[in-house]
Amino acid sequence: MSENYFKKYPNKEGFFNEYGGAFIPPQLEEEMKKINDAYFSISKSHKFISELRDIRKHFQGRPTPVYHCHRLSQKYGGQIYLKREDLNHTGAHKLNHCMGEALLAKHLGKKKLIAETGAGQHGVALATAAAYFGLECEIHMGEVDIAKEYPNVLRMKILGATVVPVTHGLKTLKEAVDSAFGAYLQDPINTIYCIGSVVGPHPFPMMVRDFQRVVGIEAKDQFFDMTGELPDNVVACVGGGSNAMGIFSAFLEDEECKLYGIEPGGKSLETIGEHAATMTLGSPGIIHGFKCYTLQDENGEPAPVHSIASGLDYPGVGPEHSMLKDLEKVTYDCISDKECIDAFFELSRMEGIIPALESAHAVAYALKLAKENPKQSILVNLSGRGDKDLDYVVENYGIPK
Amino acid sequence: MNRINQKLQEDKKLLSIYFTAGYPNLNDTVTVIENLEKSGVDMIEIGLPFSDPLADGPTIQASSTASLDNGMTSEVLFNQLKDIRKTVSIPLIIMGYFNPMMQYGVEAFCKKCAEIGIDGLIIPDLPVQDYNENYKAIFEKYGLINVFLITPQTSEERIRFIDSISNGFIYMVSSASVTGAQNSFGSTQSDYFNRIAAMNLKAPQIVGFGISNAETFQQATVSAKGAIIGSAFVKHLTEHGVDKIDKFISLIK
Repeated sequence: MSENYFKKYPNKEGFFNEYGGAFIPPQLEEEMKKINDAYFSISKSHKFISELRDIRKHFQGRPTPVYHCHRLSQKYGGQIYLKREDLNHTGAHKLNHCMGEALLAKHLGKKKLIAETGAGQHGVALATAAAYFGLECEIHMGEVDIAKEYPNVLRMKILGATVVPVTHGLKTLKEAVDSAFGAYLQDPINTIYCIGSVVGPHPFPMMVRDFQRVVGIEAKDQFFDMTGELPDNVVACVGGGSNAMGIFSAFLEDEECKLYGIEPGGKSLETIGEHAATMTLGSPGIIHGFKCYTLQDENGEPAPVHSIASGLDYPGVGPEHSMLKDLEKVTYDCISDKECIDAFFELSRMEGIIPALESAHAVAYALKLAKENPKQSILVNLSGRGDKDLDYVVENYGIPK
Repeated sequence: MNRINQKLQEDKKLLSIYFTAGYPNLNDTVTVIENLEKSGVDMIEIGLPFSDPLADGPTIQASSTASLDNGMTSEVLFNQLKDIRKTVSIPLIIMGYFNPMMQYGVEAFCKKCAEIGIDGLIIPDLPVQDYNENYKAIFEKYGLINVFLITPQTSEERIRFIDSISNGFIYMVSSASVTGAQNSFGSTQSDYFNRIAAMNLKAPQIVGFGISNAETFQQATVSAKGAIIGSAFVKHLTEHGVDKIDKFISLIK
């Protein structure tokens, strides 16, 4: 490797080739610059890194294990492995960047953390980080998702966060981002927007990726330790794309590893509003302050989206993913709601692990890959656990015999 | 000379009004513009609605959503405005977010603006650098003025740079937050107004955000060339429709 990928992308203005940047009103410009400067001056310091490592080990319970799915591998072929981010504290990978963002916020003297949440995983993680650091926390969540992911709403409240219901539009993730941005703009000096994925204006996609790199760094070592080689395939679900960037980041330069980002195909890819296959069917646009593949109409308005997994239900996607698609470094493909549900039960019953519906998309794709490539190994980022989804799944799909 | 520059040379404080196109009803756009000119307004900002208006407060957001629901798009707006220069002679500016313009095609958008007789654009989410490198030549080709925004947080260096590339006026955002009407300005804002005045910028400044009545208009224009009223006027449209616009304006001037 002649150059450091992570220093090359994004560039100084936050661009991953043509994607990313900061398309934001000037009220936010200075604050973004401050956060960016602080990110480089504070979070690269030895003190910050030591503190974060200590948190990762003693508070989050890292490293999370890599697990070989022996029964699934036997049934489907291939060798299927899971990076167990469901075992990260709070039950998903989200805490990796939340602890980083909150630690940075503390160093910046911010009083309050603001964020959106889809499935509630990011909201719970941020509420946890806020409690850890003694900061206030305000989470914006669509009313539809509040009803769907109620256990997570309770967790946030128990952790001391304020949950703001979002009532406009489709009342899901996109609207929650609108609302959180609005709240942040009311007082950008005392608050900080801790965005929930590798999205938003620069420097967020870079910061969140860097804080999530721990997933890939650990997984690569662990997989090598277990097998003596690198995985042939690495699979992760992509909504905004934080867990996928986390695990992909360690394998970008390894040509022997094929990378797969799995988008929600929803009910149907034929109809607008029934899927959230941003990379598969979108076109370059600007949403929430950054440029990326976007599902939009011809007037540049974001299209309505759907996924069974609230955390994937977003008409944009991380700018780095948009670049990696164009560079053909990652293959982006879709899994439907139905395939997701089947995989949800399959992993639960074959391995005793109930996955989040988001992560079940990646599992479903891994099962397909395993069938097609019985001699290959597949490493799946199991980004979260499914406790939050139980009511929704049982109510809508019942329990199979 | 561009109508905006002509207007800026007049020896008076300018009142500019923002409203959301296609609101309250889709076809109110032209009526609102005509009534505003008749009421003695100096300049008009026509808001092209977008569903993610990051810089706008709840009043303008709600009007944008309503306008989009009414069916407003770039194309519809251009059609509504095609004969506007037959009846209206004051400067007209389109204020909108970048994505709809990008999807329309920046050059096609600018060309259309020039044909209609639009004098300038305000695009709050288009980075100054991006404009300067990629779009400045297109704007100039079509004789359009691009208006940049500054806020109390904008650094002096940045303000100097913006001043150097401004060919019309600078839009001075009065506070760090999003748009919304308020009843009076505090000392933080007066300090900011004075600080900017002391910089002796080349481009005149027009203050926006938080101006709602004669008092705030007067405070904002002590040293600035003019002020923009947005949310308060949109609220007036919500309550009274296109009637009584003259009454609203007479209470400010």
